[in-house]
Amino acid sequence: MKQLKFILLGVFFGILFTKSEVISWYRIQEMFRFQSFHMYGIIGSAVVLGALGTALIKRWRLKDLYGNRIVLQDKARTWPRYLIGGTIFGLGWALTGACPGPMFALVGAGHPVFLVVIVSAIAGTWAYGALRDKLPH
Amino acid sequence: MSVWEAITGPWPWYVAGPLIAGVYLLLLYFGRSFGISGSLRAMCSALGAGRRVEFFRFDWKGQTWNLLFVAGTLIGGFVGHFVLAGPEAPGLSEALTTWAEERGLESWRTGLAPVELFSWEALLTPRGLILMVGGGFLVGFGSRYAGGCTSGHAISGLSNLQLPSLVAVIGFFIGGLLVTWFLMPHILAL
Repeated sequence: MKQLKFILLGVFFGILFTKSEVISWYRIQEMFRFQSFHMYGIIGSAVVLGALGTALIKRWRLKDLYGNRIVLQDKARTWPRYLIGGTIFGLGWALTGACPGPMFALVGAGHPVFLVVIVSAIAGTWAYGALRDKLPH
Repeated sequence: MSVWEAITGPWPWYVAGPLIAGVYLLLLYFGRSFGISGSLRAMCSALGAGRRVEFFRFDWKGQTWNLLFVAGTLIGGFVGHFVLAGPEAPGLSEALTTWAEERGLESWRTGLAPVELFSWEALLTPRGLILMVGGGFLVGFGSRYAGGCTSGHAISGLSNLQLPSLVAVIGFFIGGLLVTWFLMPHILAL
C-alpha cells in the first residue's frame, strides 16, 4: 500500500482547506474584493515557506523517499498560454469560488452539487485538449 | 481556547499557509509534484479521451497518486466539515458579510458555498448554469491551457521562482477581478 500515503495526505489537505475556509465561495469573493487579508496570508505564507524549502532542496541536493535527487522542472518560457489560460482559469475560479482542489473538498463538505462543477471542469479540460493545436501558446 | 476549539477552527492564515507549504514539500519528498488540475487530465484519459485526442494519449496511470490525492481531499472535506464541526461562525470580514446580506446571501453564516446559488434546484436556472456549469468548464479549460492551477502555478511555480507561473497568477487575478467587479453583480441580479 505505498499509495496509501497519497490518500492520507489528500485527507489532511481536504481538512486543512475546509477548516481554513479556502473552499468557501465567500472567501474567494472576499479575496477578489480586497476585503480581507486571509487568502493573501495563506497563499503568501505558503509561497514564502515553499520557496525556502525549494531553495534548501536545491542547495543541499536533497533526495526523495526513493533515493532520487529531487529535481524541479522549469516551466517553458512562452507567455500567451499563461496569460490567456490563466485569465480563463481566473474567470472560473471567481464564478465557482473553487479551484480544482476545493471542488472535491466541497463535495465531501455537504455540497454534492459540486460534482456537476467537477464534471464541467473535466469537460473543459477535454475541450482544451481537442482545441490545443488551434490555440496560441 | 481549548485544543478542540483550535482544531475545529476556523484556522487562521498563519496556520493554513505553512501547512500548505508542508503538503507541497511532502509531495516533493514522495517524488511527485503538487498540481491538482493534472488529475482532471488523467480523468479524461481514463475516460477514453485519448482515442480521439492526442493530448490525452499519455500514461495516466502515472497520475494514479493524484487521483487518490483528490479522493482523499473529498474525504477530508467531509471530515473537516462534519467530524471536526466547530460551533463558531466563519471568520469572514464584516465588509464581505454586509455585502452578502445585502444580496440576500444568508448562507455565509453556515455554509462554505452559498446554497442560494449552488444547489440542485438552482442548477437549471440561468444563474446556476453560469456559475456551476460555465464556471467549472472555465476552470478546467483555463487550468490546462495555462498548464496548471492554483497548486501548480501559485504554490509550486512561485515557490520555484518561475516567471511563467507569475504571469499565470496575474492572469488568475485578471479573470477573477473581471468576474467579481463586472460580471457578478449582473449574475446575482438574474
